[in-house]
Amino acid sequence: MAGKIVIDTERCKGCGLCVVVCPKKSIVISKESNKNGYFPAQKTDGDCIGCAQCAIICPEGIIQVCRDQMERIRIVAAPEKHSASHLIEEKA
Amino acid sequence: MNTVFQRTSVLKNCSTHYCPGCGHGIAHRLLAEVVDELNIQDRTIGIAPVGCAVLAYNYLDVDMIEVAHGRAPAVATGMKRTNPDKIIFSYQGDGDLAAIGTAEIIHAAHRAERITVIFINNAVFGMTGGQMAPTTMLGQITATTQQGRNPSNGQGYPLQVSEILALLPGTVYVERCALSGVPGIKRTKAAMKHAFGLQMDDAPGLSLVEILSPCPTYWRMSPAKAMKWIEEEMCKAFPIARLKG
Repeated sequence: MAGKIVIDTERCKGCGLCVVVCPKKSIVISKESNKNGYFPAQKTDGDCIGCAQCAIICPEGIIQVCRDQMERIRIVAAPEKHSASHLIEEKA
Repeated sequence: MNTVFQRTSVLKNCSTHYCPGCGHGIAHRLLAEVVDELNIQDRTIGIAPVGCAVLAYNYLDVDMIEVAHGRAPAVATGMKRTNPDKIIFSYQGDGDLAAIGTAEIIHAAHRAERITVIFINNAVFGMTGGQMAPTTMLGQITATTQQGRNPSNGQGYPLQVSEILALLPGTVYVERCALSGVPGIKRTKAAMKHAFGLQMDDAPGLSLVEILSPCPTYWRMSPAKAMKWIEEEMCKAFPIARLKG
């Protein structure tokens, strides 16, 4: 998993905006209410990529996002390593 | 794992009183992030409006004052003239700025006051029960326009404050943004940052950022649908544009 989110479920009002914007669909609305009577957003075991879109749209500002920087760098760096010229050289 | 996003310390660590999905929460957070990033927390003074955001001073950890309905630009004028080194912003809704406070905002812009105005436009009076506001769009159903706003019934046309203010020579920057989705929110933050930056550079005039914000409760929609409605309907009446500066 490249990313991780922490939702303060006791302060969540269950508006569901994070559920809509999550590109990996790894947030759902909980079936159990919090102390204020709202059904809060809840992280699933889905593949979080740490894009922080849920945190950016959250009206309560209660989502903290962590990301595995090393993994991200590796993903970005990989296509450069296998660039077109490199592959041609390999083939030759 | 490195933290890439967390709540800024300029936003007080408490729950807000806003309805689920309200745009005020997002706008407050963007404002707090901008103040934090520009490192102006100790010399910023905010003015809270009358409206849903009347308790904004409970959420933003900067010096704030609550003023009479619509009179924020007038109070900001006094504060900026007596304390030119302070960063003064007013945070006003459409009922505050576009209805009762129209004279104050137009004359503050006309006098080229060096203040920043954050204008939240949600097209209804949210605090009092979703009545028609001057910014309500044609055909929009509210508590007081049950058949939809109709100019032939004497209900008039939506007031486009940003376009009016952009015409005045006293404004240096006018931009309209929308809180519809992540790209719009990022754009709004950039606009706010630019507006505050102009005031820090002592630009000779008023800077205004109009923000189209969702009011799911009085639009009678789910928060997700309200976001979509901004893009599909509201942006037609209030086009997203950098109108000046």
